[in-house]
This record gives sequence, C-alpha cells and structure tokens, in this order.
Amino acid sequence: MRTIRIGSGAGYSGDRIEPAVELAEKGGIQYLVFECLGERTVALAQQARMKNPDGGYDPLLEERMRAVLPLCAAKGIKIVTNMGAANPLAAARKTAEIAKSLGLSSLRIAAVIGDDVLDACKDGDLPIMEFDGTIKQLGNRLLSANAYLGAGPMAEALEGGADVVITGRASDPALFLAPMIHAFGWAMDDWNLLGQGTVAGHLLECAGQITGGYFADPGFKDIPDLARLGFPIGEVSEDGSLVITKVEGSGGAVTAQTCKEQLLYEVHDPARYIQPDVVADFSQVKVEEIAKDRVRVSGGRGSKRTPTLKVSVGYVDSFIGEGQISYAGPGALARGKLALEIVRERLKLTGVAASELRFELIGVDSLHGAQLSAHANEPYEVRVRVAGRTENLSEAVRIGNEVETLYTNGPAAGGGASKSARDVVAVASVLLPRELAKPSIQFVGG
Amino acid sequence: MTKLREIAHSRTGDKGNTSNISVIAYHEKHYPQLLEQVTPERVKAHFKGVVEGEVVRYELPNISALNFVMTGALGGGVTRSLALDAHGKSLSSALLDLEIENDLDL
Repeated sequence: MRTIRIGSGAGYSGDRIEPAVELAEKGGIQYLVFECLGERTVALAQQARMKNPDGGYDPLLEERMRAVLPLCAAKGIKIVTNMGAANPLAAARKTAEIAKSLGLSSLRIAAVIGDDVLDACKDGDLPIMEFDGTIKQLGNRLLSANAYLGAGPMAEALEGGADVVITGRASDPALFLAPMIHAFGWAMDDWNLLGQGTVAGHLLECAGQITGGYFADPGFKDIPDLARLGFPIGEVSEDGSLVITKVEGSGGAVTAQTCKEQLLYEVHDPARYIQPDVVADFSQVKVEEIAKDRVRVSGGRGSKRTPTLKVSVGYVDSFIGEGQISYAGPGALARGKLALEIVRERLKLTGVAASELRFELIGVDSLHGAQLSAHANEPYEVRVRVAGRTENLSEAVRIGNEVETLYTNGPAAGGGASKSARDVVAVASVLLPRELAKPSIQFVGG
Repeated sequence: MTKLREIAHSRTGDKGNTSNISVIAYHEKHYPQLLEQVTPERVKAHFKGVVEGEVVRYELPNISALNFVMTGALGGGVTRSLALDAHGKSLSSALLDLEIENDLDL
C-alpha cells in the first residue's frame, strides 16, 4: 500500500525555522506544510496590503523559503503553505523571485486565490455569529472577509505540477489533506477517508504541540531536549492509516499522551468537527504507541460536508490602553493593591471613558481571577496591570498614563513602569453559501 | 483528597470567546473517576468569575478523556480580550487543581 510522509514545518507565523530545515534534511518527507495564518492575522495582513499592494503576505515568507527551498528542490519535496495571507499571488511571485536567486528557476509556484469573499458577504449582508448584527452594520470598521477554503484547490495545484502551493485563508487541516487527496486520489465525497485525513491534519497543524511542546510539566510530564524540539511527521497510507512520528535524534517526544492532548486541542463537539470538506468525527479515535516516538492514530470518520463555508471577518473593534508597574519586597502586595485603588479612582476623577476595565496583579490574580487565586501565598514581587477598552486612541493613552504617574505620585518604590495603546482588529464569523466562494489557481514561474 | 493533576493531564484550546479544556486520564482505570467526579457543574463552579456562559462536557471513552467546552470564557473573544492571557492557555492548569476523592490506586 502506498504511504506518504508529510512534515509540519510551522505551527504559527513566528515559529522556529530550523526544525523545518531538519524535516527537509532528515525527515524522509515528500511534503512539507507550513501553517502560519492565525485567526486575526489575515485581517492585519489585509491592512498591510492596503498600504502596499505587493504586501500583505507572511512577514517570514522570505526567511522560511530561503531556508528550505534548496533542500526541498533537491529532494523533490512539495511545499504547501498559507503564508499567502491576504495576498497569495504576491507571495507566489516573491517565492519565484527567491527561487530564481537560488538558481532554482524551474520550480513551479502556485497561488490559490479566491478566499477573499468581502464583496459576496456585503452583497448578502450576512448575520454575524458571535454577536447581534450584520456585515453591513460594521460600516467602515469592516476590514476583511476571508472564507476557510478546503483542500480541493490546493490538491488541484499539486495535480497541475506545483512544487510550492501558496494559499491565503484555508482550513488548517486542509493544508495536510490536500497532499493526501493528490497522492491517493481520494474522492471528495469519501467522508470517512476525509474524516481520518482531517484527524491527521489536525494533529499535525500545530507542529511542536504534538512532539512535546505546550506539554511539559516537570515531575508529571517530562519531555527531553525542548530547546531542540523536533517537528512532527505524519505517515499516511492510502487507506487512511496514520502514524505520527518525528525526526530521529531530534528533541521532544511523540507519545499517546501528546497525541491525545493535541487531538482535542481547539475542538468542541468531537463528533462534529466542521471542516470545509467534511464534518469530521474524532469521537471514536484510538491512539496506540507502537514504538518509541511512533504513535498509531486510527478511527477517524466523517459525514457529509455542510452547505456553507465559515468566513473570518476582520473589523476594527475598539482601542485598548494598558499600563504596568512593579512592587517588590516586604509589603509588595499591599502596595500593589494600593496602586490599583489609586488608578481606579484616578480614571474616575479624570473622566477616562472606558467601556471595560481590568485591575489586576501579575503574580497574584491576573490569569485566573480572584476566586482561583484566593488561597495563594503572598509573592515576593507583584506587577500592577490596568487595561481598558475605549472608543479612540487618545482615551486609551490616558489609561497607561495613569499607571505611569504612579512613579512620582503612587506608593513607595514602584519600578519598571510601561504603557501601551493600540487599536484592536478583532475577528468575527459568518457562514457563506459555499457556491459563492470561487477559488482559482494561478501559476507563477517554472 | 488528591488533586486532579495526580491522575490526569490537560490542554486548553480557544475559538472566539469559547475555551475548551481536555482532561485525559493517565491510566484508563481512572476514567470512571473522571466521569463521576469531574462534572460540568463542578467545572463551572471552579471557574466562577472566569466563565460567564455554559460548560458542556463531551466524553471520549476510547482515549479515557473528557472535553469541556466553556462559552463566554475569553473576555469577549481572543482577538479583543483585555486579558493578559487572551487565549486562556493557562486555564488547564487551574482545572488540574480540582480536588478528587482519593480512594484511588495511584
């Protein structure tokens, strides 16, 4: 039976680069996937594209491509990535330019375009899922609308001979499903195979999170050599059978435990993990260690895809102002609490218009709130944090200022104040009838 | 009494304003205790003040795991939250601090 090996070279846009090089060099892989596009990133990238029509793709595209293209070209490893962000075509052109400069001008680069569905969403004035309102009601705060495309167009690009496939918004598991569909000719209505392929893609998409990253807990869950964490490889066979492993000799570990944690990561109802190509069912999945750093994952299934695609809508939500300052030594906690009281009163006295405020002590209650931290021991040092939401930047600036002025006006011995104010580009979702997204492929170079 | 941390491991994920926390038994023999003692009601009470919405539990007996889906848990949503940990990634550690009745063979 035919088997392919797919490497996962990045779990987010800023991820380490050398584990991907290690995969290309020693992983025995035929496909290298880079998942680099967070929920909000495409909206930020759209803003960048508005400023520069040739921009709007992943800022690390050049560095990643330079690092892996020579090895991938030499070994015939195909690359699939969503580093196109808001401008896959510009990313493909840039990649072709990089390939040429490396003496690899025969590489065929494909851009998958058509995830930008802003016009279709506006025409339909679709309702927003997270809060009451519609696309049109966002008015000029609306920045972008990108549909989560499925694996089809990427598989088609591979079919057309692409060495590198660059997409914008696509479902993360679909980046991995595409090589499987291409290599094995899986039918786009074989729901069980697509469901099991989605299990593979879902397990691989966060790279180091299945090889021991986001996992270690000393004394309970120990993982060796995290500084040299190896990224994962999925060995997938024609019938969907799957083994998760990693490069021999790299850091980290692939165990039943790391696979189980990642299986449920960002999953709601495990029986209905809704993807563009299939509704995957993880509820019957089995996980079995078959050798050191080799785990067999079986039992993924699926049912018919939904008639809609999820669309990520980027919009300017509000502004956030923040200030921090630290206290340490005897009485640090009391001084930190006093500082919070002072800022709370100052924001009222000076009439700062905030719709939401947080007053907290880093080291005490900033992560889990008052109830869960109620019985903690007194820390040696605390860091005051005040954050608030405002309607404009100048109000947001005033919040950080009220923390900073604690230097000369607040409790004794406050140090290391910092402040920031920023606009908040947030993401909401709508469901678009799938026929309204019209993806297409454009080849560059080769 | 013992802590959940002794018998299970956990990971948090985020989508919008919803957090999910997996609770996975180290050994399948402890899965019945998870089922019995780590109820959605207890989880909701544990996260009082953090989770504003509902807590729904899904069961995965094949991997001896539970999945808790908590709505209204991420300060209005990961991309707009004022919280230091906007993704709620640290919430799994809070859940592992839950107390479990200790008639277990650890």
